[in-house]
Amino acid sequence: MSNKNDRYGDMFTRLTAKNEGAFVPFVMLGDPDIATSLEILKALAEGGADALELGIPFSDPIADGPTIQQASIRALSHHIHPRDCLKVIQQFREIYPDMPIGLLLYSNLVMKPGLEKFYNDAANAGVDSILIADVPLREADRFIEMAAQTGIKQILIAPPNASDETLAEIGQKSQGYTYLLGRAGVTGAETAATIPAHELIAKLTQYKVAPPLLGFGISKPEQVKEAISAGAAGAISGSATVNIIETNLSQPEVMLSKLREFVSVMKQATKK
Amino acid sequence: MNHLESKFGQFGGMYVPELLIPALDQLEQAFIDAQNDPEFQKEFMDLLTDYAGRPTAMTLTRNLVSNPTVKLYLKREDLLHGGAHKTNQVLGQALLTKRMGKTEVIAETGAGQHGVATALACALLGLKARIYMGAKDIERQAPNVFRMRLMGAEVIPVNAGSGTLKDAVNEAMRDWSATYDKAHYLLGTAAGPHPFPTIVREFHRMIGEETRAQIMAKEGRLPDAVVACVGGGSNAIGMFADFIDEPSVKLIGVEPAGKGLHTAEHGAAINKGTKGILHGAYSYIMQDDDGQIEESYSVSAGLDYPAVGPQHAYLHDIGRATYAAVSDDEALYAFQLLSRKEGIIPALESSHALAHALNMADEAEDGTIIVVNLSGRGDKDLAHVHSILGDQINE
Repeated sequence: MSNKNDRYGDMFTRLTAKNEGAFVPFVMLGDPDIATSLEILKALAEGGADALELGIPFSDPIADGPTIQQASIRALSHHIHPRDCLKVIQQFREIYPDMPIGLLLYSNLVMKPGLEKFYNDAANAGVDSILIADVPLREADRFIEMAAQTGIKQILIAPPNASDETLAEIGQKSQGYTYLLGRAGVTGAETAATIPAHELIAKLTQYKVAPPLLGFGISKPEQVKEAISAGAAGAISGSATVNIIETNLSQPEVMLSKLREFVSVMKQATKK
Repeated sequence: MNHLESKFGQFGGMYVPELLIPALDQLEQAFIDAQNDPEFQKEFMDLLTDYAGRPTAMTLTRNLVSNPTVKLYLKREDLLHGGAHKTNQVLGQALLTKRMGKTEVIAETGAGQHGVATALACALLGLKARIYMGAKDIERQAPNVFRMRLMGAEVIPVNAGSGTLKDAVNEAMRDWSATYDKAHYLLGTAAGPHPFPTIVREFHRMIGEETRAQIMAKEGRLPDAVVACVGGGSNAIGMFADFIDEPSVKLIGVEPAGKGLHTAEHGAAINKGTKGILHGAYSYIMQDDDGQIEESYSVSAGLDYPAVGPQHAYLHDIGRATYAAVSDDEALYAFQLLSRKEGIIPALESSHALAHALNMADEAEDGTIIVVNLSGRGDKDLAHVHSILGDQINE
């Protein structure tokens, strides 16, 4: 089956009309367990998330700092399989048919079942986009091709140190949105994003990249506001969201209500 | 675009975050320039000769092989400064670090041998080294931790995951993705993303080149086989590189079979693994049905790695090299045998290669010549082997 929707396109059209940016929280599927995971996704949506970015736990997450590493470890300790993660997405998709859902994961989880099976299974579960943290542009073509076949958007990363050549290539190949890195390093709320100069975002516009969402080190509403006034189409917040899960493991109700509150405050900051 | 081929057939590549691509490109360019720069080559050669002690000897064993017409030679990388072949490529990469104008070096280490080599090169060349080491390995390899600190390196414990080499590599890559402007990641084996497998091979290829010259001088012909142990595969690729285009020379890698290939406790990525991506390269790796990386195991910490360098995966697939596996027990036996019969205490890693070469020598036709890369000395393993054998030494 192929995903024929353009949920990101619809979302950006709708937000532009309302003069808002997008707020996209990230969580790890299966963290802390499968049942709670679905409740967490619902809480994020209820809090006002415009889209969701969802991880599949991997044993060796080289682009992640301690917070998201711990989320993977919690999920894997319950023997979560990628197929369990896709099932959670499928259940969520039935409740929220229009919300864009992205996967963010590592290449070996895609390679093992094979690209064709992985992308088809993801499309069938209702996934809109796939971002593979350890597939740079130079290795991306066959992933982009499989994405095109299955109606999935392959999300590309624009790092702060990208050359013009890289940005131009992202411009040609990006779909859905562009993941704009707020800084070097690994994921984590400990080191704040440096909001990129208008110059970099202007360059992204010049190369016609898909709308840039700023991620890495985004944990406060002021950063969301700043990112959007700098020209980003929105912001992604991972470690700060996962921190709320980690610090409230023993009280799931409190966790869910804090997640709703966090998303709502961050979403509020996207309104221009 | 890459200027050098980034893949070996389907293997290798650059499966890293986009953020690291500029640093890998910078490294590739610096390496290409250095290979064409006589001044760089001279400094590297001088260090290898005057500091590290190259060329290393090649020793014909006297008492190991029962057939008097079969000759088993040892390429003596155990005699190199630092105690193992690793010093070769570390000196090369440390010089590249300076060439790129970087002042800091990040490295990972398992048993501590690559960490010690990195520490000595950084002490010599005035670079600041920080070395990631699994917390479990720090406990197991206390003397090497002390060596690194003596030579001025900072040793950073890694508690994540299993607290071993794989996790130390993860942490080193995370560090590098924030510090590439001033730090070089001095990767310790012929694995990881391009250009590391190529750089590490080229900075170790003198092992095979010297072997060729030495065997031609002694025997007037090429050997029938060269044998080397394979964890990530750096000493093996250094031995193989100069013989790949000599079809008469068998290339034989030896993987750690640990407690047996029929158990889950081994590190034989080529023999028992499947294709996948770990630490930036597509190769043979140890993984479960979902693609989660499995823990490897070997009595020898230097071979305890759940992947293998991509060029070995390629040489295996095209049938140019063959990869055997040797268990802990067989390696421990060879360790004792070489000590007892030839007065050389080998590293446990190299004992794997030796054990397999001894089996080959037993079955070899008259007149066969085999060279084993004795990649390191066994000093670092004494306490470990003593704790396994107690005072029950095979005599």
